[in-house]
Amino acid sequence: MESPAIRTEALTRTYRKSRKRRWWWSRSKPEGDETREFVALDQVSLEVRQGELFGLLGPNGAGKTTLIKILTTLLAPSAGTAWVDGLDVVADAEKIRPIINMVSGGESSGYGILNVRENLWLFARIYGVPTAVAQERIDKMLGVVGLTDKATSRISHLSTGQRQKMNFCRGFITDPKILFLDEPTLGLDVTSARAIRAFVKEWMAEKPDRTMLLTTHYMAEADELCDRLAIIDKGKVLACDTPANLKRQVQKYPIYELSLAPGASSWDGVSKLPGVHSATATTTPTTVELKVSLLDEPAIGAVVQSLVMAGGRILTMKKVEPTLEDVFIELVGHGLSDEATAPQPA
Amino acid sequence: MPSSFKLFFQAVQARTYPRIAWLFRSNSWMIQETVLPVLAVSAFAFAYRAMNARPELTGYIVLGAAMTTFWLNVLWGMGAQLYWERDSGNLELYVMSPAPMTAILTGMAIGGMTTTIIRATAITVAGVLLFDVPINPSSWWLLVLGFGVTLAALYGLGMLFASLFLLWGREAWHLISVLQEPVYLLSGTNFPVSILPRAVALFASAIPLTLGMDAMRQVLFRTTGLFEVWIELSVLGGLAVVFFLAARRGLRYLERRAREEGKLTVRWQ
Repeated sequence: MESPAIRTEALTRTYRKSRKRRWWWSRSKPEGDETREFVALDQVSLEVRQGELFGLLGPNGAGKTTLIKILTTLLAPSAGTAWVDGLDVVADAEKIRPIINMVSGGESSGYGILNVRENLWLFARIYGVPTAVAQERIDKMLGVVGLTDKATSRISHLSTGQRQKMNFCRGFITDPKILFLDEPTLGLDVTSARAIRAFVKEWMAEKPDRTMLLTTHYMAEADELCDRLAIIDKGKVLACDTPANLKRQVQKYPIYELSLAPGASSWDGVSKLPGVHSATATTTPTTVELKVSLLDEPAIGAVVQSLVMAGGRILTMKKVEPTLEDVFIELVGHGLSDEATAPQPA
Repeated sequence: MPSSFKLFFQAVQARTYPRIAWLFRSNSWMIQETVLPVLAVSAFAFAYRAMNARPELTGYIVLGAAMTTFWLNVLWGMGAQLYWERDSGNLELYVMSPAPMTAILTGMAIGGMTTTIIRATAITVAGVLLFDVPINPSSWWLLVLGFGVTLAALYGLGMLFASLFLLWGREAWHLISVLQEPVYLLSGTNFPVSILPRAVALFASAIPLTLGMDAMRQVLFRTTGLFEVWIELSVLGGLAVVFFLAARRGLRYLERRAREEGKLTVRWQ
């Protein structure tokens, strides 16, 4: 069996809040001098298969970035173990580095005195990419993100979004086997974010052994891109599965929404039909919106027949799929936009 | 993947590049880095003239001003650089890459040396022409060798500082301040170091600038110094090797500690 691209076992990372420095002449221990620890990752066990586009979904301070920093050999775990391409992130850091790369949304890396092309060339060179190959990849990537006309602009003259696009390019120019994208579309306009998502899919499809770990707090992005995803909050993994399976977990019964022409009371008997779990109606000035929850999905035929027989006119009908937002709320207890806790180091 | 030797040089080339680019693209450096130091030299030069001092003493301060630019570059351009790189988000990209950090530091050192040599040359030429400094070297080869060994020792020390400052973080700024002015005094930037008490001069010899300037002054102006030139150059060569090896070892140790303590990245990134 193929070894996983990424594996973590009970991975834990705690940050120690810095204590005030005490000198020999400080007689008494100042108040609040106790060592305080913050658990950013708590016993995280995950497995990402080779060729998979795996997502980490969670609010700010959930531990997503901490996990990525450990996997990219930038941070040591406090406990537990992690392997990237079968190599230990602590003991084999130097063997891991040639095959990975990382892009963080909102990063400000690069040298303002250099232009976009020069900055990308510099970061390709430290991976040993030959100049001719680097230039070819730079041209391609700048085209992908729409920065071709800015290739010779100094990065100190770029907008934040343009700089972010440049950093996105940086991650791909070294052609890594495993790529970590930490909030890559954060703050980008809709068109650019869409182009980036399309490229990510294309890039993954190009070579089957490429693996990508993507963190995001955009539900739609995770849903669109990820083969599987883990929902993480307060350093713990709450669920891990395909987006479809995760959604299935929160929806016990299939739900249909029917829009009826106003005035009809044809929906009255629907809830009593066999195979129907419940039915609720909301009247609007122009329609009656009927939401039917079914114990047995084929019962929708009987529902439609009953409505038509009772003189109802069905304007529209659709099956309601739960969203990742529903899954997230179910697991975390709040949505991503109404986080209950303040951001913590991640 | 390229061999580690090839990758080392590619990384050196990459990290040297921004510093060389700065030289050609930054317009204000000529005024800041040349005219202002020459003004400082002028004050001492006129003071020496007023005292009817030997003309080579003016040469001492011109050389001192030129060599001081290297010391400042070692402190700010090498010592504090990794700290800046961390704040700008570049450090994590360097650490995460397969390139060794010694290659990144070597690139920084070569870039820094190149730009500073141009600055130092401008100061020297301006000083020599303005104050009619009598240059009469006993050996140009020995002068070049002395200069080269001094730079090797200075930038070896800079590489060592870079790794230490990374771990100390903000406290490193205080250390830089402590190392700036006292070193001007101890290394004899504006006077012959041999006039310092012997014990102080010996202590100051651990600073590459002290022996480097003393050796070059002896060769340039055919004067006597703290020790024989060949002794000073040997000590400098030894210091260069020791500093480089200590920096290499220190970098490995400090990178490991920085990974454990989460100091390779700033937390908000």
